Amino acid sequence: MMASGTLGRGLHRMRSALPSIPPQRRRTYLFAYGFLAPIVVLFGFLRIVPILYTVFLGFFNWSLVDPNHTFVGLDNFINLLSDPNFQTAFLNTTIIALGTTVVSIALAFFVAAVVAYGGGRIGGLIEILFFLPVVTPLVPATLGWRSILDYQHGVLNAIFGIFGIPNQAWTTDPTLAIVSVIMISVWAQVGYNMIILLVGMRSIPRLYYEAAAVDGASTWKQFRHITFPLMIPILLFVTVITTIQAYNVFTQVFVLASDVQGAPGYLVPVLVYDIFQNGFRYFNFGYAAAEAVYLFLVVIVLMLLQFRLFNRPTD
Amino acid sequence: MIHRRGFNPIRLLIQVILVAVGLVMVFPLFWLVSTSLRPAPELLEIPPQLLPQHWTLDNYANAFAAAPFGTWLLNSLIFATISTMFILLTSLVGGYILAKFKFPGNNFLFILILATAIVPFEIYMLPVFLEVQALSLINTLPGLILPYVILSYGIFFMRQNVLASVPDELLDAARIDGLSETGIMIRLVSRLLAPAISALAIFAYLQSWTAFIWPLLVLNDQNLFPVQLGLAQFNSSVSVNYAVLSAGAVVAMAPTVIAFLVLRRRIIEGVTLTGFR
Repeated sequence: MMASGTLGRGLHRMRSALPSIPPQRRRTYLFAYGFLAPIVVLFGFLRIVPILYTVFLGFFNWSLVDPNHTFVGLDNFINLLSDPNFQTAFLNTTIIALGTTVVSIALAFFVAAVVAYGGGRIGGLIEILFFLPVVTPLVPATLGWRSILDYQHGVLNAIFGIFGIPNQAWTTDPTLAIVSVIMISVWAQVGYNMIILLVGMRSIPRLYYEAAAVDGASTWKQFRHITFPLMIPILLFVTVITTIQAYNVFTQVFVLASDVQGAPGYLVPVLVYDIFQNGFRYFNFGYAAAEAVYLFLVVIVLMLLQFRLFNRPTD
Repeated sequence: MIHRRGFNPIRLLIQVILVAVGLVMVFPLFWLVSTSLRPAPELLEIPPQLLPQHWTLDNYANAFAAAPFGTWLLNSLIFATISTMFILLTSLVGGYILAKFKFPGNNFLFILILATAIVPFEIYMLPVFLEVQALSLINTLPGLILPYVILSYGIFFMRQNVLASVPDELLDAARIDGLSETGIMIRLVSRLLAPAISALAIFAYLQSWTAFIWPLLVLNDQNLFPVQLGLAQFNSSVSVNYAVLSAGAVVAMAPTVIAFLVLRRRIIEGVTLTGFR
C-alpha cells in the first residue's frame, strides 16, 4: 500500500542480497511487506513517534494556545523538581503504587494458595467473585465505592459504627482519601493478580509435594521451600505489572473527587492528574511532557529491575 | 500441597473467610444495583439497609430521561467494535508476518513492538493528542478510535501463537495446493488461531469499553461520549442523587459484567493465556 522510501530500499536490498530466489518466493515477500507496511505506519504514528515526541516536547516551552515554541533545554525537568505540585503528586503516587502493590499481591497470593491447595469445590466461585471487579469499568465501580464511603450514609461508616468507631471522612480527608484510592485500586487489581499467581501455582508438579510429604515436611514447610521459591519469577512479574499500573492511577482519583450532590471529594494529587492539569488546563504541553518523562523513567526502572532479577544466574 | 484426608476445621475456616472476602469483592457492584432500585427517600436511612424496602425502576427511567445514556451506550458499542476489529486485524496480520517471514529488520521490529507494549498510554498521550489535533479529528469518533486501532501486545501475542500453533509444513502444503498468501492468512492461519483470537477480542473489547482518560481528552461534545465518560459527567450534574446515579452506573457496567458472567471460563482462560490486563 504505502511504498515508502525505506520500504523500497529494503525490498531492493533484499532482492539483490538473494538473487536466486524464485518468483514464487518474491511474491511471498511482496506480500509480507505489503501487508506489514500499513501496520508499521500505524505503529510508528501511534506508538513510536508519540513516545519519542514526549521526550522531545519536554525540552520546549510548548503552549497549546501559543504557536511559538521555544527550546528551553532542561528547564522543565529542573523546574519540576522544585515544583511542590509535582513533589506532592510524585509522593502520593508512589504511596498509592506501593500500597496497592503490596496489599493486592499479598491478598492475591493468599487467595491463590487457598484455591490451589485447599479450595475444594469453592475454587470456581472464588475465581468469579474476585475477578468480577477486574472486568468492571472504573467509573461506575468508583461511584459504587464513593457511595459506600459516604460520610453520613455510607455502609463502611455504618459498619464502623457497630464497633463504636466514629464516622470517618473517607473521601474528604486528605490522608483517608489516599487510603480510599488504594482500597479501590486493590479491589480492582487483586483478581487479576490472583489468576496469574494461580496459574503459576497449578503448574508446580504435584510430585514435588508428594516427595516432600514422604520426607515428612509439614504443609508450612512445603509452602516455604517449594511453593514460594518456585513462585518468585511470577511474583516478580505481577509486582512489576501492578506497580506500573498503579503509578498511572487516574480514573479512581478523578471520580472520587467528583461533585456528587454538591459534595466534592478531596482530589488526591497524583502524577497523571498533574500531567492532565498542566497539559489541558494550563495548556503547558512542554511542562506536562517533562512530567510524563519522569513517569516514563519510573516505568523503565521497574522494567530493568525485573529483567535484572529475572536473569539472575540462580534462576 | 498434600493434605490429610477427612474433615479439617482449619481448612473449613479458611474457606469461610475466603468466601466472606469474596462477597466483599462483589459488594460495590451489589450496592450499586441495590441503590439503583430504591426510591430516593430511602437513601437517607441510617444505618443504610442492604435491600430496598420499596422496589422501583424509576431511577432507570430518570437516568435515561436526564441524560443521553442510549446514545452513550451506542457510542461505546461503536468505539469498542471498531477498535476490536482493527486490533484483531493488525495483530493477526502483524503477528503472522513477524512469525513466519524472515526479512531485514524483522527482529528489530519485534523488539520495538515488545518494548512499547509495556509503556502505558498515559505517558505518551500528549503527542497523540497533538497528532489527532493535526488531523483535525479532535471531538470526533474517528479521533476517539484512532489510538485504539493497534495494540502492541496484541501483535506480540499473535506472533507467539503463530510460532506455537502454525507449522511451516502446513503453510507450504497450502502454497503447493495453490492457495494465495492472502488466502492462507485468512482461511488457514485465522482458523488455527481461533482461541487466541477470541482471547484477544475479549481483551480489546474490554479495553475500549472501560477507556476513560483518552475520551476525556479528545471529546467535548457530549453526544459523542462513550458511556464511561458520559457517566462521569452525569455524576457531576447538580440534580442527580445517588439512586439515579447508581442506575446510570449499573447501565455503564452491565455489558462487561454480564459478558463476564456468561463467558467467565473463556475470559479467565484468556487472561491466563495472554497475561492481558
